[in-house]
Amino acid sequence: MTNERSVPDPNTVERIEQVLSGNRRALARLLTEIESESEGIEHVLAALFSHTGRAWIIGITGAPGTGKSTLVTALAKAYRAANRTVAIVAVDPTSPFTGGAILGDRIRMRDLSGDSGVFIRSMATRGSLGGLARATRDAVRALDAAGFNIVLVETVGAGQSEVDIARMANTTVVVEAPGLGDDVQAIKAGILEIADVLVINKADRPGVNTTLRALRTMLELGHPSSRAQLNGSQIRHHGKTMTAQTPTAHPTNHTTAPLWIPPIIQTVASEDKGIDELVNAIEAHRAHLHANEIFAEIERRQIEIELYDRLRESLMNQLIKSLPEETFNDLVRRVQTREVAPQHAVRTLLHEASGRGVP
Amino acid sequence: MSIRVLIAKPGLDGHDRGAKVIARALRDAGMEVIYTGLRQTPEMIAEAALQEDVDIVGLSILSGAHMALVPRIREVMNEQGLSDVPIMIGGIIPDEDKAALEAHGVKGVFGPGTNTEDIVKFINNLIGGKASAS
Repeated sequence: MTNERSVPDPNTVERIEQVLSGNRRALARLLTEIESESEGIEHVLAALFSHTGRAWIIGITGAPGTGKSTLVTALAKAYRAANRTVAIVAVDPTSPFTGGAILGDRIRMRDLSGDSGVFIRSMATRGSLGGLARATRDAVRALDAAGFNIVLVETVGAGQSEVDIARMANTTVVVEAPGLGDDVQAIKAGILEIADVLVINKADRPGVNTTLRALRTMLELGHPSSRAQLNGSQIRHHGKTMTAQTPTAHPTNHTTAPLWIPPIIQTVASEDKGIDELVNAIEAHRAHLHANEIFAEIERRQIEIELYDRLRESLMNQLIKSLPEETFNDLVRRVQTREVAPQHAVRTLLHEASGRGVP
Repeated sequence: MSIRVLIAKPGLDGHDRGAKVIARALRDAGMEVIYTGLRQTPEMIAEAALQEDVDIVGLSILSGAHMALVPRIREVMNEQGLSDVPIMIGGIIPDEDKAALEAHGVKGVFGPGTNTEDIVKFINNLIGGKASAS
């Protein structure tokens, strides 16, 4: 076990300095180690942590084919024109059968090549289902620490439940395109509810007015006051235990702060149309969060969720490590023969683990 | 730990079928393939290889320009501090160029009709330590 203030070794210190000073190879290697959960990586991340919290993290999510990569490219160009440095994390799915992946987001990002103020990293989900990889959060932190002003996180082509991005982004942009779904799709819970900014990309295509109407209807039905960024229902979506801790702990957004109603921006990303308006909407959202002290509250809740996530993960790892494989396999067999119910099997396993000193 | 491979098409020929077939075969072998598409300059390839921290760069060249492109790509990659990242190439490469390419640090040359399994094996052998740790 490491304590919270363990001293990193000299080699680690040097690598941290390289990352902080903008060494791109060191950064790229760090990202690989984060992804592969290399030994000792938590010390590096812990040392970098005090340098984070400066970047504005923008999540870009939406169904496959809505033009997320092209939109990310256009956004990056706009921020570069405003002299901000930009890092991009582009997530694509890992094949559940082979563990391999084709990461093709760079194809649409060629306009950004040759710019030392841009850093693009492709990332495979490696089995995660929430639209991001397990390592995405730490990768974003590393890019933040490396000094990029803007971090754009492009999720996998998402459906209605890949909402993890809202747990780490400062502004979540949900991208739609004309002709992808009828208005019943639009009012479904899930991905549209996490939007801070809604984009209708490919707005030069027929059907844009139908999409616009559907999104407006959704916003009206969605009653934004109850949706408050990352509220209870959001958390409940991924783990019941958390809701009890945060029922109504944040009256400020509900009563005193003005509501943020997600603007709907029409873009044609491939022609850079509507991108300035999108940047303005993102910046307005940022200003809204800061002006109304919502930012600190949201960040507090994101950290809360993160700690729960990490706690769950490390407890799980400890637990599994402590259980002999035979015990586990034996219970699997007995559940399969209907001799033991799965609920009782879990109780037995927990009992076994606590006998071995695992909480 | 997954092997990460960059598959890129330098130069001006617009035929990316071979590159896509390879990308898919490597994915099916459990690798993570960063596919960058057509008409990549040497600088773009080196930049992508660096940012993506790939274990190997695969180039698909059908235009006959390999003797001009490959040494240049190797040079730019070396300048970026990527001299330890191997290059393999596929496409229409005459046998007589093979030795010259290998002299430029190319680790594998795969002509038409190569079995994709051979390429998978080649990469697994070359990046062996990493693969066995997966």
